[in-house]
Amino acid sequence: MSVDLGLSPDQESIAELFNGFFSNEAPPAVARAAEPLGFDRELWNKVIELGAPGMGCAVEIGGGGASLGDLVVVAETVGRSIAPIPLIDHLAALSVLSDADLVAGEVIAAVAVRPADANGIWSLVPAGAVADVVIGVDGDETVVVRSTPPMSGPRNHGSMPLADRSAREGSRTVLGPASLFEVVLNRWKLLTAAALVGIAEAAKELGVAYVKERTQFGVPVGSFQAVQHGLADLPVAIDGGRLLTHKAAWALDNVTDGLIDWANNEITDGSTLATMAFLFAADGAVMATDRSLHYHGGYGFAEEYDIQMYYRRARGWSLILGDSTSVGLSLADRLFGTVEG
Amino acid sequence: MDFALSSEVVEFRDEIRSIIREFVTPEIADRMHTTGVFDAPELNLELGRRGILERACPGLGKGDPIEMYVMFNELEKAGAPYDGLAVALMIAAVVNKLGTDEQKERIIPSIISGEALVCMGYSEADFGSDVASIKTRAIKDGDEWVINGSKMWTTLAQVAEWLILLTRTDLDLPKHKGLTMFILPMNTPGITVEPVHTLGTEITNATWYDDVRVGDDAVLGDENGGWRTMTTVLAFERGVMGGTNAGVPLLRHFHEWAVANGVFDEPTTRERMARSIIDMQVATLLTMRSAWIAASGGMPGLEGSMTKVFAVEAYQRASRWTQATAGPAGLLQFHEEGAAGEGFVEYDARHSPVMSIYGGTTEINRNNIAERHLGLPKSR
Repeated sequence: MSVDLGLSPDQESIAELFNGFFSNEAPPAVARAAEPLGFDRELWNKVIELGAPGMGCAVEIGGGGASLGDLVVVAETVGRSIAPIPLIDHLAALSVLSDADLVAGEVIAAVAVRPADANGIWSLVPAGAVADVVIGVDGDETVVVRSTPPMSGPRNHGSMPLADRSAREGSRTVLGPASLFEVVLNRWKLLTAAALVGIAEAAKELGVAYVKERTQFGVPVGSFQAVQHGLADLPVAIDGGRLLTHKAAWALDNVTDGLIDWANNEITDGSTLATMAFLFAADGAVMATDRSLHYHGGYGFAEEYDIQMYYRRARGWSLILGDSTSVGLSLADRLFGTVEG
Repeated sequence: MDFALSSEVVEFRDEIRSIIREFVTPEIADRMHTTGVFDAPELNLELGRRGILERACPGLGKGDPIEMYVMFNELEKAGAPYDGLAVALMIAAVVNKLGTDEQKERIIPSIISGEALVCMGYSEADFGSDVASIKTRAIKDGDEWVINGSKMWTTLAQVAEWLILLTRTDLDLPKHKGLTMFILPMNTPGITVEPVHTLGTEITNATWYDDVRVGDDAVLGDENGGWRTMTTVLAFERGVMGGTNAGVPLLRHFHEWAVANGVFDEPTTRERMARSIIDMQVATLLTMRSAWIAASGGMPGLEGSMTKVFAVEAYQRASRWTQATAGPAGLLQFHEEGAAGEGFVEYDARHSPVMSIYGGTTEINRNNIAERHLGLPKSR
């Protein structure tokens, strides 16, 4: 045990494999073609061949035995390509589910990130429009429900396959108390954070490439300091988000009884770090897409350009968990304890 | 990635913590604000006596190179006066890297024992960010160099034993090439020090050099190689020697006050606090990355720029909202009854603006990131 802030050789290979796969099989045109639903079955079938859906599951049950750090690397490539497949939701659900058809990816799982209402409805479940299995909280229980996905849902900002799903209709299994769900939600936040880092990275690359190429007043737009300084913040937010996300993965995988000693800036509690990474990466993705879109000038809001797709997903993928104040306050509860009364 | 310190480093950190508990008393913290000298000689001597300074000094120490980050991060989080130590160790590291054997023997022991401080003469009244244009001249006269000119922001000159001085030695070479760095005793005849009082209570100085005579043994690095010496120093400064977690003690002081005054349950305050705590984590991770790069044999200049931009602005955000939230109590200074965070809320609002200026402004750091990381054309 000693500080090592680089990717392992295995993780370098994973990044190379998935970045290569997504740039070949899921260039932005694929995400564009999959709108408004935001799902491409063919692409999902291809990631099955890579073994991605069961990557985080134990080898004994047919999974890949990947660490959370490895999954973070994969999730970042999903964000970078905005691939229209619910891989993050599926990988998060499989933190506690291990049915053979889920591990194989023949059946897709979604995570109901907010508890069911009094009528047992999980509203606006990410991947809810296309998932055969949904895991979430209903009352004081963690339940998993198998039912037929609607394959359609409300049109939304991030072109995400959202849908309301019932926690009670279909084949329902009670997995345990509501507290069990924390593992799933932590993993969902963690992998979403990584995907948001990927979105920010892609937005940065698009913006930088554009300002190098686009000329005004006879020089590249990227030679203007005002533009440079706006872009210079992006790698900082990206690297910071990546480090925090990997720290959360490391803590969730390796640390029991982690510290929440914020007064000395010593935080090794995985659950706390996952929420921190989620909030930070969400802000970073929003900023990166804002700025990149802006530096595209008029073309930034032309539908034909890709940056607007990243811009919408940066907001969609993060806000689906809840408004940012509520998520921030849930972190505050974890850090400072809840407010009495 | 692995975020765990090795057991040796944990032991090292715990030793630093115990020294901090013993030596960083409220009186010492108070003294830095009344004297304007951000240094604690008794702390330096203890760290020197225990061999910690030698161990933490890059290139010298036998310990894990990440220990330097650990030491300064602990000192900063504790609110200890460590500026003097940071500059001194930075220079010890540079002397070790670029100095002659004679210089190493003459200079380094005085620093790693915790006895001697160093001040840095780079900036001049007319040359701050554009430091390569400085005018202070060193002219060869037989076996000696004669130095004439003046410097600004020569912090710690009133207490330092050593001075490193950036001079122009060749007017015909391009501006970055005609510079030479010297290291000389502060008691060399011809040096005058005048205090400059600052918003953040630290007293810095203007210094004058009138026919200051030194030998070749005072040249640090190569003649006309001053820019390289300078960037070597800056790579350490922007990296891991504190200055990236200044918000941690502020948040602690603010929280104590807010709880004691029954205003901490306000959701807006709790959310802001939580977000500042995220910032502090990210700042420390970026700093740790620089330390890790240095430990792996790299030179984290670019990463240091990134860390500094983020960490300084995070500290400024924290300072802004804590003072705004405290209202009138956030205006009261140290020792005034009812001062928020025992006066630290007010103090940090004066101290935080300094941080985006010294050691390389955030604009210079953003230029650095834009050019070297993003590959954008030079804009000036």
